[in-house]
Amino acid sequence: MTSKTLQKPLLAVLLVLAIVFPMVAANDYYIYVMSLAYIMAIAAVGLNLILGYTGQLNLAHAGFMAIGAYTVGILTVDYGVPYWIAFVVAGVISAIVGFFAGLLSLRLKGHFFSIFTLCVGFMIYLVIEKWDALTHGTVGIIDIPAPTGLGPIRFDNTWSQYYLVLFFLVVSLWLMSRIVHSLLGRAFIAIRNGEDLAETLGINLMRTKVLAFVLSTFYAGMAGALYAGFVRFIGPAMALESHTFDMIAFILVGGIGTLFGPLLGAILLTWLTQSLQFLQDFRMIVFGPLLILLVMFFPQGLIGYWRERQARRAAASMQDRRLQRSVIGQQQEVGTNA
Amino acid sequence: MNIFFQQVLNGLTLGSVYALVALGLTLVYGILHIPNFAHGALYMVGAYAAFYLVGSLGANYWVAMAGAALIVALLAVLSDRLIFHRLRNAPPLHDMIAAIGLLLFLEAGIQAIWGAEFHRLAPPYPQIVRLFDLVAPAQRLIIIAAAFGLMFVLHLFLTRTLTGSTIIAMAQNREGASLVGIDATKVSVLTFAISGALAAVAATLFAPINLIYPSMGHLVIMKAFVIIILGGMGSIPGAIVGGLVIGFAESFGAFYVSTNYKDIIAFALLVLILSFRPQGLFPSGARA
Repeated sequence: MTSKTLQKPLLAVLLVLAIVFPMVAANDYYIYVMSLAYIMAIAAVGLNLILGYTGQLNLAHAGFMAIGAYTVGILTVDYGVPYWIAFVVAGVISAIVGFFAGLLSLRLKGHFFSIFTLCVGFMIYLVIEKWDALTHGTVGIIDIPAPTGLGPIRFDNTWSQYYLVLFFLVVSLWLMSRIVHSLLGRAFIAIRNGEDLAETLGINLMRTKVLAFVLSTFYAGMAGALYAGFVRFIGPAMALESHTFDMIAFILVGGIGTLFGPLLGAILLTWLTQSLQFLQDFRMIVFGPLLILLVMFFPQGLIGYWRERQARRAAASMQDRRLQRSVIGQQQEVGTNA
Repeated sequence: MNIFFQQVLNGLTLGSVYALVALGLTLVYGILHIPNFAHGALYMVGAYAAFYLVGSLGANYWVAMAGAALIVALLAVLSDRLIFHRLRNAPPLHDMIAAIGLLLFLEAGIQAIWGAEFHRLAPPYPQIVRLFDLVAPAQRLIIIAAAFGLMFVLHLFLTRTLTGSTIIAMAQNREGASLVGIDATKVSVLTFAISGALAAVAATLFAPINLIYPSMGHLVIMKAFVIIILGGMGSIPGAIVGGLVIGFAESFGAFYVSTNYKDIIAFALLVLILSFRPQGLFPSGARA
C-alpha cells in the first residue's frame, strides 16, 4: 500500500530531476552520455519484455537495434528520406524482421531458442558487414543527419536532443507499463512462470510469444533509429552479441522483470563505465564477474530487492497489527470477565 | 580433380576441428543441460595457452598442445565448481547468463594480457605432402588424423571403460545414475575436464593455419552450437556427423558460391533445417 501511494510522487520527482539534469550538468559531455544511457535504456526496456516478462532469452536484440539504426542511416544518407519518416520506417522494419525471426525461433524452447537467436544476431551482423552495396560494409555509415526540427523546435544541439530522447524514453516506459499491466502483460508473465500452465489457461502460446517478440524488436528498432540520429555514425559492430550482453547486464543490475529496472541499470552501468574510463575496452573484466555474482547472489536486481523488502515490511506490519488486535481483544475479554 | 580434392581436404579439416569443439559442448550439455556459451572462450584460451607455451617458453608443438589441454581442462573444471555447480538449482536463465559472464571475462582478460591484435603460431610442419598429383599441406593432414584419432580414443573411453560409462549413464538419466551409486560431482568434473581439453586441442591443431585473437571463439562456438542442434543436443555421433556436414558445406560453399558469405552458410543451413524439423536432424537425446 505504501509503495502505491509513494510511487506517483516519486516518479514526478524523477521526471523533474531528468528535466533539470542538463541545467546542472557540468558540461555537454555529461548530457551526451546521459542521452546515450537513455537510448540504451529504451532498447533494454524492450529486451526486458521478452526476457524479464515472457522469460525468453533473446540474444539477437542488438541485431534488431542495428536494423533500426541502419534503416535510418541508409534511408537518410543514401536516399535523402527525411529523418522522421525514416524513424517510423525503422521501427516498422525491425518489427517485421522480428515477426519472421520470432515465427521461426519461437518454435524452439528454452536453450534452443537462445542459441538460435544468438545465430540470428550473428547473421544480421554478417549481412550488414558483407552487403557493401546496401550497408557500406565495414566502413559503416557516416554523416547521418540529426533529427529535423518539428515546427519551431530544432534538434541541432545536445540539449535539445537530450530532451528528444527523454521524451521517447518517457513514452516508451509509459507504453510498457500499459502493456505489462494489461491482460496481455499477464499472459506474458503466465508464460514465463510456466508454459504448460499458461497453455491450460487458454493462452495461445505461439501467438502471445510472437507478439512479445515483435513488440520487443519494435523497441529495439526505435532505440536504434534514435541512436543513428544522435550519434550520427553507425558500424556493423553494433549488431554484435556483446551489445546484447550489455543490455542483459543493465536489466540484471536494475531488476529483471521490473518496469524501471532496465533504466536504472542502464544509467548506473553507463556512469560506472564512464568513471572507469581507463577500463574502456576491459570493462568486461568487471562486467563479466559482475553478471555471474549477480545471478548467484542477487538475481532479483536493485528494484527487485527493494520490492522484496517492501513486501516483507508490509507483511511484518500486517502481522504486528494482527498481533495488536488480538492483544487488545484479549485485554477486552479480560476486562469483561473482571 | 585437384581443386575438388582441395575442397574435400578443406572440408575435412574444418569439419574435424568443428567436431572436436562440438563434442565438448555436447558432452557438457548432456550432463548439465545448459548450453555453455563460454565454451568458445575456452577454445580461445587454449589457442593462447599453446601460443604462449611455444612462443615464450619454446615448448615443442605437441608438448604445448598437452599443456594447453591441461590448462583449459583445469579452467573448465574451475568454472564448473565455482559457478555452474552452485547454480544447479537456479532457473536455466541464470546458468546461461553466468556462462555469458564467464565468456566476457575470459575474453577481456586475454585481451588485457595479449592485446586485441592478431597473433600467429608458427606452423610446426610447413611441408607439403605430394601423393600422385595431389598436394596437401602437412598441417591439414595432421589436423584430420589427430582429430579423428582423438575422437576414436574418446569413443573407446566412453563405451569400453567404467568411468566413461558413468558419463553416458549420467547423460541418459540423472536420477537413475545416482540410484546405482554414480558420484555426480566426479562425473561433472570429469566431463568439464574432457570438454575443456577437447576445445584446447582443437584450437592448437587449428592455430598454425589460422589467426589467434581474443574473439576467435565467437564464430567457432556458434557453429558448434549449430552442429549440436543439427546433430541433436547431447548426441556424440550427431556432433561428429554435424561437424563434418558443416565443414563440407563451408568449404564447398566458399568455393562454388561465395567466399564472402561462407560464414553465413552454417547459419542458413540451421535456419533451413529448423524451419522444417524443429527437433533437429537426429532428435535422439543422449546416447553414445
